[in-house]
Amino acid sequence: MTFEIPRETNPGKIIEVTIGATSDQGGTRSRSVTIGGSTALPFHFFEGLHPHRPVVAMEVFDKAPAKYPDSLREYYQDVLDKPGEMARRCVADFGAEMVSVRLEGTHPEKGGRSTEEAVEVVKDVLAAVEVPLIITGHSHFEKNNEVMKKVCEATAGENCLINYVETNNYKTIAAACLAYHHTLVAQTPIDVNLAKQLNILLTDINFPQDRLVMDPLTGALGYGLEYSYSIMERIRNEGLAGDRMLGFPMLITPGAECAKVKEARATEKDNPHWGDEKRRGAYWEIATAMSLLIAGADLLIMDHPQAVKVVRKQIAEMFHPNKEGGHGSLRA
Amino acid sequence: MALSGLDIFKLLPKTNCGDCGVPTCMAFAMKIAQKKAELSSCPHASEEAKAALGAAGEPPVRLVKIGGGNGLEVGGETVLFRHEKTFFHPTGIGVEIRTSQGEDKILKDIRRLESYQADRVGEVLKANLFFVSHDSAEKAAFLRTISLAKANSTKGLVIDCPQEEALKEGLELLRDDRPAICLRRPLTEKDIEMAKDSGASLVITASSHQELADQTEKARQAGLTNLILNCQGEGLGAAIQNNAILRRSALKKNFKPFGFPLFARVADEDGFESLAAAAALLCKYTSIIILPRFDKALLFTLFTLRQNIYTDPQKPIQVDPKIYAIGDPTPDSPIFVTTNFSLTYFIVSGEIENSGTSAHLVVCDTEGQSVLTAWAGGKFVPEKIAKFIKDIKLEEKVKTRKIVIPGFVAQISGELEEKLPGWEVIVGCQEAADIPSFVKSVKLV
Ligand code: B12
Ligand code: SF4
Repeated sequence: MTFEIPRETNPGKIIEVTIGATSDQGGTRSRSVTIGGSTALPFHFFEGLHPHRPVVAMEVFDKAPAKYPDSLREYYQDVLDKPGEMARRCVADFGAEMVSVRLEGTHPEKGGRSTEEAVEVVKDVLAAVEVPLIITGHSHFEKNNEVMKKVCEATAGENCLINYVETNNYKTIAAACLAYHHTLVAQTPIDVNLAKQLNILLTDINFPQDRLVMDPLTGALGYGLEYSYSIMERIRNEGLAGDRMLGFPMLITPGAECAKVKEARATEKDNPHWGDEKRRGAYWEIATAMSLLIAGADLLIMDHPQAVKVVRKQIAEMFHPNKEGGHGSLRA
Repeated sequence: MALSGLDIFKLLPKTNCGDCGVPTCMAFAMKIAQKKAELSSCPHASEEAKAALGAAGEPPVRLVKIGGGNGLEVGGETVLFRHEKTFFHPTGIGVEIRTSQGEDKILKDIRRLESYQADRVGEVLKANLFFVSHDSAEKAAFLRTISLAKANSTKGLVIDCPQEEALKEGLELLRDDRPAICLRRPLTEKDIEMAKDSGASLVITASSHQELADQTEKARQAGLTNLILNCQGEGLGAAIQNNAILRRSALKKNFKPFGFPLFARVADEDGFESLAAAAALLCKYTSIIILPRFDKALLFTLFTLRQNIYTDPQKPIQVDPKIYAIGDPTPDSPIFVTTNFSLTYFIVSGEIENSGTSAHLVVCDTEGQSVLTAWAGGKFVPEKIAKFIKDIKLEEKVKTRKIVIPGFVAQISGELEEKLPGWEVIVGCQEAADIPSFVKSVKLV
């Protein structure tokens, strides 16, 4: 029987979004990062284009999370409370292509740090590294809006990725993004319709589509991953099928989600069947990241240096299949 | 073209004998129409029926069994995306053993994988296969490995043996054990004979789609149905694309030569890369994944991913809503409240056990949702929790008058107390992992 590859061409195309601004573009970054642009399902090079690779960002904090697992702490010991230095390490030593500055410490119940302190932290990181920044906030609307407004202003022109707005709280931050030229994350809890609705709301206030990234919400491996996985596959399918309001690049957060779970920290001594805890911490994040890449992730915020290294390597391998006859990660 | 259930029914004997495993011919016909059964399961089907059904009676992706007894079943899938329905037959995970390694090491490796299992959300997670790589020059080493595996393990065997004579004798030892033979060169008539004779499945390897199709077609023509596809690409990117192409051809184009489970072996660079490749392949249709070596943390991670990808997206795994006894609680023991999402229940009950405290765990009906999901969805709110506690007559069953609620829903404590006169509501820790220290620091009764 003669075989023919069943190619499917899609009417839709994922919107291309650029984050970060170089001096030509009004910022100070050494380069910007572009994601999106796909015309086919993830890694389906046989039937469409993927002009940009998925990008891996790493995260630094205004205040180190109280429960940061030891498997991560060992890489950051001395710099966990120094976001600028930690960012430098992430970029120079661990290969981060972007840095997310998480301002959780400004949450009234998680440290209640002032807006001014937050702005200082962001400026510190901005000066420490040349990659584009993601600014990650929290769910306390009032405080988050105040912080984000000031951070947007202080970083005007840098085209940071402001992470995030949600359905019940998007106007203030979206307006600040517009005024100071930043890109925005629209976050919704694992639901295709909610995601679409928020994108429509943002489009209705004339937020430009090429400055919008969606976060469909990440459940870690073993903690809701299957829901995230399927919602992302559905969103990507719809986007490619031509639904403009779902055709945005997707952000996922395997780092923060995996750092929360017990598997990232419990010792082998207490859980003999779970195996070596040091490797397990990285494995957990790798499995979460790899599966969601397959589901359509375009931008990943990760924590574990070993996981970052491997996931970046696999992304490269998936983009340039080894033509010299080697089999990469597969055995003959 | 696809036949309807009724069309198929007309071709069956209509005796409702039940030999097909389904009570009636009509029910069996419906299953064939839904591609959940094959005509070959009806021993009484006429030649005419077989001819008429032909390809329509074959499922789009064959179910292949490896191993004796309740061996592994892989394939049998009907959708490209799990949200379209579900994936049915979880990926078989195997670990390689090499015949050159000496009896002691081989036996140790077999026993280690055989005895390894982990529990998660009430399921027992295990590896399914050994991949026997014959890399020794001696036939005896191969036969000894097969015998050791047979004597010390219940797992199925996938055999990679370049020596024809050794393979033949090895298969003789595995008469009733349904092994799979991993061919790494083009299929020959001899292979077909051997597969027929031994009941083994064949893993067919090729580096191009057409070559693969030619080989499986040859095997199909010869009457073999237990085939597994190994389309070799260069690197993970090629493997993912090949899998997508093969599975789409089978499901959407009804291209029979590719209607079989898919196979992959990941390399031994280091555990991190093996896991990354295995995780991606598991999501994209790979039915059998062979790992280079035993690594508990890696297996546990991959088992968890397999469990996630292969759960039915239509129904969250849930436990019965009721009062569960953790340890040996008395009427004076503490009371914890949670939801009936399996994951939540198993984590919380596990941590209460870890704390060494005996307790009553009140599992409310939240339709299988986690604490915050249920709270946000209006299913774990004061009114419903209070009603549940009254309905199960908790008051009559215990003397304790304090209940501990999850820390993530601290905000409901006041209202819940109002709705439960006579009870005191204690806000627990947020993460279940902190329950052992929480019970030591707070008075719960
Ligand atoms: C997977 C998921 C879903 C799945 C459902 C999964 C399920 N079967 O429950 C789906 C996609 C269906 C879903 C839907 C929704 N979700 Co949802 N979902 C999640 C997600 C990613 C993970 C939840 C999970 O499985 N956690 C794991 C379990 C084990 O956690 P848990 O039950 O809380 O248990 C832990 C603790 O609470 C503690 N614990 C539990 N019981 C007890 C008891 C005691 C005594 C103690 C001390 C401790 C304790 O132990 C456990 C381990 O530490 C979270 C975000 C996240 N990353 O956590 C959002 C999240 C819970 N969802 C959210 C929302 C808003 C929703 C929706 C309302 C969205 C919508 N409008 O459609 C719907 C609601 C469904 C409905 N309409 O009924 C929000 C809730 C926000 C809030 N704080 O109110 C979250 C937090 C996401 C977010 N940040 O916005 N969701
Ligand atoms: S085995 Fe055949 S004849 Fe008997 S009930 Fe099933 S379909 Fe009908």
